Amino acid sequence: MAARTPLSRIVITGVGLTAPNGNTLAEFRANLLAGKAGGEFIDMRYMGRVPAGVCHFDTLKYQKRKEVRVGTRAGSISIYCAREAIADSKLAWDLIDKTRVGIYVGTTEHGNVETENEIYNISQFKYDTKFWSHYHNPRTVSNNPAGEASLNLGVTGPAYAVGAACAAGNLGIIHGAQMLQLGEIDIAIGGGVSESIHTFGIFAGFKSQGALATHEDPTKASRPFDKARNGIMVSEGGCLYVLERLEDAKARGAKIYGEVAGWCVNSDATDYVLPNPERQGQCMRAALARAGLRAQDIHIVNTHATATPQGDIQECQAVGEVFRDCPDTYINGTKGYIGHTMGAAGALELAGNLPSFEDRIVHPTINVTELDPACALPNLVVNQPVQVKQVDAILNNSFGMLGINSALIIRRYAD
Amino acid sequence: MTSEECKKLVLDIIADIAPDEDLTNIKSDVRLRDQLQLDSMDFLDIVMELRKRHGIEVPEADYMQLASLDSCAAYLVPKFNAAGVKA
Repeated sequence: MAARTPLSRIVITGVGLTAPNGNTLAEFRANLLAGKAGGEFIDMRYMGRVPAGVCHFDTLKYQKRKEVRVGTRAGSISIYCAREAIADSKLAWDLIDKTRVGIYVGTTEHGNVETENEIYNISQFKYDTKFWSHYHNPRTVSNNPAGEASLNLGVTGPAYAVGAACAAGNLGIIHGAQMLQLGEIDIAIGGGVSESIHTFGIFAGFKSQGALATHEDPTKASRPFDKARNGIMVSEGGCLYVLERLEDAKARGAKIYGEVAGWCVNSDATDYVLPNPERQGQCMRAALARAGLRAQDIHIVNTHATATPQGDIQECQAVGEVFRDCPDTYINGTKGYIGHTMGAAGALELAGNLPSFEDRIVHPTINVTELDPACALPNLVVNQPVQVKQVDAILNNSFGMLGINSALIIRRYAD
Repeated sequence: MTSEECKKLVLDIIADIAPDEDLTNIKSDVRLRDQLQLDSMDFLDIVMELRKRHGIEVPEADYMQLASLDSCAAYLVPKFNAAGVKA
């Protein structure tokens, strides 16, 4: 392998998000520390009442009503998150060269919602396709969420999707960092979004798979690591970051949330849906190696943990093996609060942990009534936050179907 | 159906497809595109909604007949009446 020249350090300088339990990082973090979850029941076409994670951000904060009508829910989430991240970064946006901005939006899938809606629409007209919307194609192209953000922001640089199942949120960040290091752009807006609660197909698919969460209380439907967990609560959400090269961020005196220190993306090559703990472990180790860190240097591991009976156990096997001699490494998870936000999951769940660099509090995984012994990792933070001595590095896991794994490491920024 | 009733049906459609627009002072003899932020996709929406709501077909060659409220009424009233559409 050819020797690599030193690459620029990449830092996070802005965060914009919407989650079922918060529409700003401050609100989201406060609810993570307070144990406040965001599930509710929705009426799903053909299925009836199902628990889901619903976001309640103001779509008209950054869009006209016509834009909301013409566009997609994923587009609205992207626009909201991108605008919030830019505002948070305090970039002088009007003065930015928009040809040098890239938008990289991770998505688990896109187009199911709009296609299902159109099929339902023409079913009201005896399936006559002349009633099929002329907006169908721009709504369903995979770059729709990123493209709507580019339209709204006037960004003329690259704006596209990063499709990576439920690892996509991490990959949006990683890809943004890579493009900055390559010098393709000067500012990256990267992360992930999901509009998944508006498609019955995802709910029905998980139900047929025996992996759809049920509970009489929707705020308790998603319960990773609990002995009685019974699957995924599907959620919508989004989180996009402003990423910059360190020298650019320092030159303008930006607030730095953390440094994108290392990552790995690999593939199981074993099964359509079942995870592979060995490959997950390889992924985490490779991310550590890239960051130049030991497992002991990681103070928080945010698990992917979707609350499926088998998936949680397998991830615990992988995490437990990689971090087996790490007394200062704490393990948590976010899906007990917000369910599975699909393409947004990696980015959102990382955001919930970033304030730990400042307050040194590790938020817990919640909704654990009886901890599954097979998930009882040392330092798993359960139901109550833990104040720790130091948080210098966070490893964020996100895995997805077809065996895609991602591990992303963010370090506390230090010169 | 009268001309005014037809214009009201068209304005109801426009209110839905261009919800940010103020329709209170639309001049019926001036092109809609000169008064409102409407693009070609919006005109396709008008055509689609006429089809969905009232069963009225507007062939592509006749799209120019929808330019203003007056021209809409002149073109659509006979179609509405032929289809038996009530205001």
